[in-house]
Amino acid sequence: MEDLKKFMVEKVLLFESDILPAETEKVLQEVRREKTAIPVIYISSGTSSIIAGSEKAYSAVREYIDNNALKASLVKTGCSGPANFEPLVCIQLPGKNKLFFRNITEEKVEPLLNGVFHSDINEEDLAGQNGTHGFEMWHGIPFIDEHPFFANQKRVVMNNCGCYDPWSIDEYIARSGFRAFAKAIRNYTFEEVCDIIERSGLRGRSGGGYLTGLKWKQALNTGSTARYLICNAKESDPGAFTDRTLLESDPFKLIEGIAIASYAIGASSAFIFFRKGSEHARQRIQHAIDRAREYGLLGHNIYSSGYSLDIVIRREPGAFVCGEETALINTLEGKRGMPRLKPPYPTTSGLFSKPTVINNVETLMNVPAIMQNGPEWFHTIGTEGSPGTKVFAVAGKGRMSGVVEVEMGTPVRTILEDIADGIKEGKEFKAVQLGGVSGSFITAENLELKVDFDVMKEKGIGMGAGGFVIIDGNTCMVDLVRYYMEFMRDESCGKCIPCREGTGRMLEILESIIRKPENEEAGTTLERFKGVMQLEGIASVMKDTSLCGLGQNAPNPFISALKNFREEFEEHIFDRKCRANICRGLRTFSIDVDKCTGCTACASKCPVNAIYGTRLQPFFIVEDKCTGCGICYDICKFSAITVK
Amino acid sequence: MNPAIDSILKKYKPGRREDLIPLLQEIQDENGYLSEETIVKAGNFVGLSTTKIYGLATFYDQFRFIPAGKIHIKICNGTSCFINGSQSVISKIREITGLEAGQTGRDGVFSYETESCMGGCNHGPIIKVNDEYHTHIRPEHLPELIKKLRFLIEND
Repeated sequence: MEDLKKFMVEKVLLFESDILPAETEKVLQEVRREKTAIPVIYISSGTSSIIAGSEKAYSAVREYIDNNALKASLVKTGCSGPANFEPLVCIQLPGKNKLFFRNITEEKVEPLLNGVFHSDINEEDLAGQNGTHGFEMWHGIPFIDEHPFFANQKRVVMNNCGCYDPWSIDEYIARSGFRAFAKAIRNYTFEEVCDIIERSGLRGRSGGGYLTGLKWKQALNTGSTARYLICNAKESDPGAFTDRTLLESDPFKLIEGIAIASYAIGASSAFIFFRKGSEHARQRIQHAIDRAREYGLLGHNIYSSGYSLDIVIRREPGAFVCGEETALINTLEGKRGMPRLKPPYPTTSGLFSKPTVINNVETLMNVPAIMQNGPEWFHTIGTEGSPGTKVFAVAGKGRMSGVVEVEMGTPVRTILEDIADGIKEGKEFKAVQLGGVSGSFITAENLELKVDFDVMKEKGIGMGAGGFVIIDGNTCMVDLVRYYMEFMRDESCGKCIPCREGTGRMLEILESIIRKPENEEAGTTLERFKGVMQLEGIASVMKDTSLCGLGQNAPNPFISALKNFREEFEEHIFDRKCRANICRGLRTFSIDVDKCTGCTACASKCPVNAIYGTRLQPFFIVEDKCTGCGICYDICKFSAITVK
Repeated sequence: MNPAIDSILKKYKPGRREDLIPLLQEIQDENGYLSEETIVKAGNFVGLSTTKIYGLATFYDQFRFIPAGKIHIKICNGTSCFINGSQSVISKIREITGLEAGQTGRDGVFSYETESCMGGCNHGPIIKVNDEYHTHIRPEHLPELIKKLRFLIEND
């Protein structure tokens, strides 16, 4: 172990030239498990794999190996993206291409391994083979990179995801990791690194799209003695899990990105700010920091360059607003996470009033590749204004879901129809929701829209941090907007009035729109009719006058839904009808007299005694009493209850 | 007072406000909640009044001031779980336990909270009972599951 560490540091990281001698490459190939004499079994183990049961599958494989006294190595990797394939198991037999098997739960492990080791592969579990140069091909098995999920992606940030053991620093170095950092601290000055990143045109991936290199330069040129770097890993939009997957699958790359960024601004301490609940990611990052310190990549006077750096992990104590950069700084200082007035911007006066650069996970993970391949290379990917790629967490009602990375300039339609493979169960497509609670909807007519900061901005659509939720016809847009507004009302910090009061008022009006109109106080009916107009008014005031991005963007889902689905709002208000049958207050139930057997099951369960009838005769529902809870609908064994 | 609290305090330097949140987080990891006693102690250590610490701790939803139930259920309420029906799961749990999110029952058995995304979006709605995930949860699965959990606790 000690020898390998010495080898990695001296022969790889500190080697003078970019091209390593052949004997070094040979060792690295072994570390990468490219030349193995024994079979290697890889099991993915990100959060989504663990939820799908990968830990149990791992134990089952371990048991199988022990019971059969097999000579094989077993490796846990990160997620490679497709959440539908989890738990994903890859098997590499010596000299042959890697095989990918999907949905290998505990009970499928034994038949699978029996099959693979006796050349009788079950086609049903097979997802494909990996085409690697110099390995024997499997005949009649499709290549995984030709699968539409992968074929339309371009992997720069995620190139290591799912390929290596996120607990092994040696493997990361063998995949040319940390070499960009070692090169930067030995060959470049602070300004030069900033310059390279600025020339590459890398823009902040958290949604704003500000030039990263420019931001770094602003902090560097303040002339202050101390500067800080903060990695914002507080991704807490409901339905976004890109950062979490990146952190779990490739923790070392983030450490390298942070190290280069800290060097570029001359910061000697960096913070990673984690969301609560991503424990797996936090453990892996903590481990990665410890290993990097052991290898001398962090600490005092790194490789005699005169530069020192330490990275500290901080856990977010649970407030959505902490994702806003000035609120985040307040939290790190041990205060309430409330945003500050800008300017001064954090790059001039941030953490402890010192210049502070805050970057998100994906932005920082782009940095090592740019440093290694140069800014010109980065411009060959993506569009002119937005070079590079963008990572999305595709979720919702698509056939495929998971984390995907596409080249900038890819139309939204490609992600929806090719990568996510359309809508589940053949339902109709309604919209794609981009950017989480403060994002917008993209409807069928806008699907040609390209993933690009400028193009999207022109259309008034924020790209967000990577949420990509596919919505089908079974979702009620009014209810969805209400859900987002409820989230925002709960998360508004209360510092500025437009946001604190605006979110509450908007929620009240939205709730009155979907509530059943019985026992209404005098004002509520009128309020409902004025609903949409009042909502529009509040929305524009909030947008113009809120202190931070949370309040300014809180009305976005509503504005966008109203623009695209106005008739649905009007239907709720005037016709008292919810076309998706989601809004409980607007549902009316009735009993089909031909199907009802008079079993009394529904009448006995009705919480408001709205169902009457005589035993063994058809029952009926008194509409005025019914609250639309739907218990009778769920309980009826004869499908006699219909909903309108 | 749990002696572990003292050893947590030893790891930090007194009087540094920026250590307050990590300190409270560690105490909560150890005890499961923040008792009045620990808050007073943390206040003395950092040099802040108890009201200030309550003001801070109540701002963040991670901190709890009563112990969680023996069975703590986390319900994912991210967008993807929401459009797959997490709201009806939440209202069913509310109905069965008779509690609001963040409360603990008098018998100390149940408590629940909602989380904004657990990261298993294609398995939604998801709930996490103590450390175990349950996927594709429908409201009708819950009475059975909760009965089973209660049985386990009462016979343990």
